Amino acid sequence: MSEIAILNLPTSRGANTNTTPVIPLTEADRKPLTKKEISADHPTWCPGCGDFSVLALYFKLIEKRRMHHEKVTTVAGIGCSSRFPYFVQAHGAHFIHGRALPFATGVSLNRPDLHVFVFGGDGDAFSIGGNHFTHTARKNVKLTYVVMDNSVYGLTKNQTSPTSPIGFKSKTDIWGAKDRPINPLKQAIAAGATFVARTSHTNPNHVLQTMEAAMDHDGFSFIQCLSECVEFYPGAFDNSNPRKGGKFDLVPADHDVTDEYAAYKLAEDLRPGLFGVFYKNARPTKNANEAAIIADLQGKHAGLEPWQILKKNFDRMK
Amino acid sequence: MSTAATPSSSPQISKISEAVIRIAGNSQDGIQAIGGFLARLAGRSEQEVMTFMTIPSTISGGPSIFQVRIGSGEVLSSGDEADLLLAFYDHSYLAHLGSLKKGGIVLYDSDHLKAEDIPAENLTKYRHVGVPISSLTIEAIGGTGRDKGKNVFALGLLAKMFDLNVPKLHKLLTERFTGKDPKILETALNAFNYGYNYTLATAPELFQFQPGENVGLSQVVMSGNEALAYGLIAAGVRFGAGYPITPWSDIMELLRRELPKYGGQFQQCEDEIASVSMAIGASWSGGVAVTGSSGPGIALKTEAIGWAVMAEMPLIVVDVMRGGPSTGMPTNIEQSDINIAVHGGHGDCPRVVIAPANVEDCFYTAIEAVNIARKYSTPVFILSDQGIATRIEAFKEPDLKALVQDISPDLTAVTDHKPYDLSAPDGVTRHIAPGTRVASGKYPVVTGLEHDEMGHPTGSGKTHMQMIAKRRSKLKKLASEFPAPKFYGPAEGQILLVSWGSSQGPVQEAVKQGRAQGHAISALHVRYINPLPPGLADLFAGFRHVFVVELNDGGYSGVGQMGALIRSQIPDAKIRGITKVDGLTWKVREILNAALELAK
Repeated sequence: MSEIAILNLPTSRGANTNTTPVIPLTEADRKPLTKKEISADHPTWCPGCGDFSVLALYFKLIEKRRMHHEKVTTVAGIGCSSRFPYFVQAHGAHFIHGRALPFATGVSLNRPDLHVFVFGGDGDAFSIGGNHFTHTARKNVKLTYVVMDNSVYGLTKNQTSPTSPIGFKSKTDIWGAKDRPINPLKQAIAAGATFVARTSHTNPNHVLQTMEAAMDHDGFSFIQCLSECVEFYPGAFDNSNPRKGGKFDLVPADHDVTDEYAAYKLAEDLRPGLFGVFYKNARPTKNANEAAIIADLQGKHAGLEPWQILKKNFDRMK
Repeated sequence: MSTAATPSSSPQISKISEAVIRIAGNSQDGIQAIGGFLARLAGRSEQEVMTFMTIPSTISGGPSIFQVRIGSGEVLSSGDEADLLLAFYDHSYLAHLGSLKKGGIVLYDSDHLKAEDIPAENLTKYRHVGVPISSLTIEAIGGTGRDKGKNVFALGLLAKMFDLNVPKLHKLLTERFTGKDPKILETALNAFNYGYNYTLATAPELFQFQPGENVGLSQVVMSGNEALAYGLIAAGVRFGAGYPITPWSDIMELLRRELPKYGGQFQQCEDEIASVSMAIGASWSGGVAVTGSSGPGIALKTEAIGWAVMAEMPLIVVDVMRGGPSTGMPTNIEQSDINIAVHGGHGDCPRVVIAPANVEDCFYTAIEAVNIARKYSTPVFILSDQGIATRIEAFKEPDLKALVQDISPDLTAVTDHKPYDLSAPDGVTRHIAPGTRVASGKYPVVTGLEHDEMGHPTGSGKTHMQMIAKRRSKLKKLASEFPAPKFYGPAEGQILLVSWGSSQGPVQEAVKQGRAQGHAISALHVRYINPLPPGLADLFAGFRHVFVVELNDGGYSGVGQMGALIRSQIPDAKIRGITKVDGLTWKVREILNAALELAK
């Protein structure tokens, strides 16, 4: 055996943690978190940005659902909207561009006790992160993904995004965009997402209601939340804002949300399109499938310490 | 059947202390299986064993070899020259005869290679034994299943030639072939016995191993990839994510299969980037997660690894190196990923890189890597290579009860927590996993942006300088904990050979041979690539020449990647490189000849 450096570790958490024992809180001690308690850094968004509304409603969701501070887990990639975790006073991770979903999947699968919220923009979700969107949806990983879609790259100052409509003029399409935009809802349904909904920052109650439904869904819940970029794409969603002369039409009450084809058809035209839950179905989650494999194999090794399980393998290699 | 030696009625039996057997055929012939049986038998006989194999990168077919070196004493490499070549085809004969030592025995399938086609000069140089392996296998087990059974038949021949322990081999065959269909085992045993009992009327010599040093050890036999994966399990790793690529995939498959037994899981992802991202997410949420790949996949992961350096997140990255760049030589050995492991990514991005030297070392390196990752909250690269990954060795069974550890996260509430505390006396970052309550109500965030002590982004040049220094100096502190590398041979002399990774064995054997020839040559093995262990300059001081031996290109300056790394910290012109990139492991004589030549 080689000379190796470190086999014994300090068990303490080190000097950067004040580990003075903390009195455990009972359910009765828990009061709903106030906006002050749950907000952290002041958002860096431009005044008038639609993302403010989404953040405020996330706070409201946490308060309304009496979520415990430490259980709030917020993950994001890169983009204007992806700065979200800094503004939430809770465990949060600001990961690299386009990869928030696999990161959040690691959290969700490793820690079934947490409900993971992922926030991001349309470039993060459908362009650089497109592959992960498809696969996280098909695997039905239990988490909520809110894409704050402004149909433009804002952080990098006005380039065409995967949801920019044909004709949209940006710094990279000075003659107007030529490429057909992605339809996020159809993309999500085709990939196998089990909860697909659409809302807009202009309708706070609808945003909150949609987030609640998404959180309660056992599986991959996806929300396309229109969120206007007042700097680079002002007026993008006026046609869905009644205050600006548009119409905010809901998904018809008689729509069968389990009917994939009907949902696909309803999602056909998104200008301005409908709002509400397009598709919702129960399918075993990745989390449940993994848990079943673990339960089965652990059952077969019941009563054995980890080293004894390993020993059985080593005995077979003699 | 022909042989260069004079046939005798009863072949002479020679006592030997070691033998190198090379088996050459096609990839579907089950050559690795014969090698595996021989290696396992050696392990059960308290003998040292080392194997070497090449498999073609094509899916099926193509030449394949397996070399096994069995010895009663210390076995450091898979052997430069074979004592016996078992050739299944004429092409195997032609391609590998050169690897046989003069006077060595070639055992060939006379159904594929006719005696009259063997050049006379070969007959004088090597001893030839032709056996109609294919037709005898059909005779033994019937049908047309000769491709399936002839490896076991050949194992029987070898068992006879080397007087191997037949009951133990029967037991190994039984373990391997016991399954749903009892016929399979029956067929295997028939093939073996037929081979064993086949009268080697013209066998020039039979061999008998001297008994191994019976040190009362229980040995296990496995490949480097297996040892690495089991090491990770022992270390307490319970989450992994990866994407298929040769030669890393075995580790992924093993962890996928085994981790659920321990309550863990391994995820096959849509791509390399997803797998490193998922592993980092899992590490953040508690424990130490693993991802891994080989060259091209490592390149894809580098952005996310940079995030883990910035956020100071524990992570294990296994890189089973193969020939590069790009798709390169996927089934050949090379040690050319030092640069990407140490420097890959943008920005000033220090991380830990360790390289295991052999199969046994893979097991312990995995545990060590996990503990460094935890203690210093950092990504740790394990640089294995195609050679170690696929070869089989026997080693002392680890003390699993003592080694297996639990690193599940501590979610006990804390009063206050500052992950990137600049005033922490040990200067090391520690994270609390989500789910941990912080009574003060101030929660940390983790990010790839430069950040303050709570993880919140900052554009302050001063903080950036402090945090860069913090990430750098914690690895310096780690280096101070490394044990000093030990000399193989005296601490002073003419030539010092510096090895890393799998070069260790052949380098030490070169020293052994060099010293036997009267040269003042020693070796030093460096297992910590980044940070390098402190004090190397002092260790080099006792030698006139220092040659860093590695399997990569010497480049413009004549030093390879490790050599360049050492030279960047110890700018001494006496440090030079011995390098090669032929896709094969080192031959001992290649190293020794190069060293003596350079030192002239």
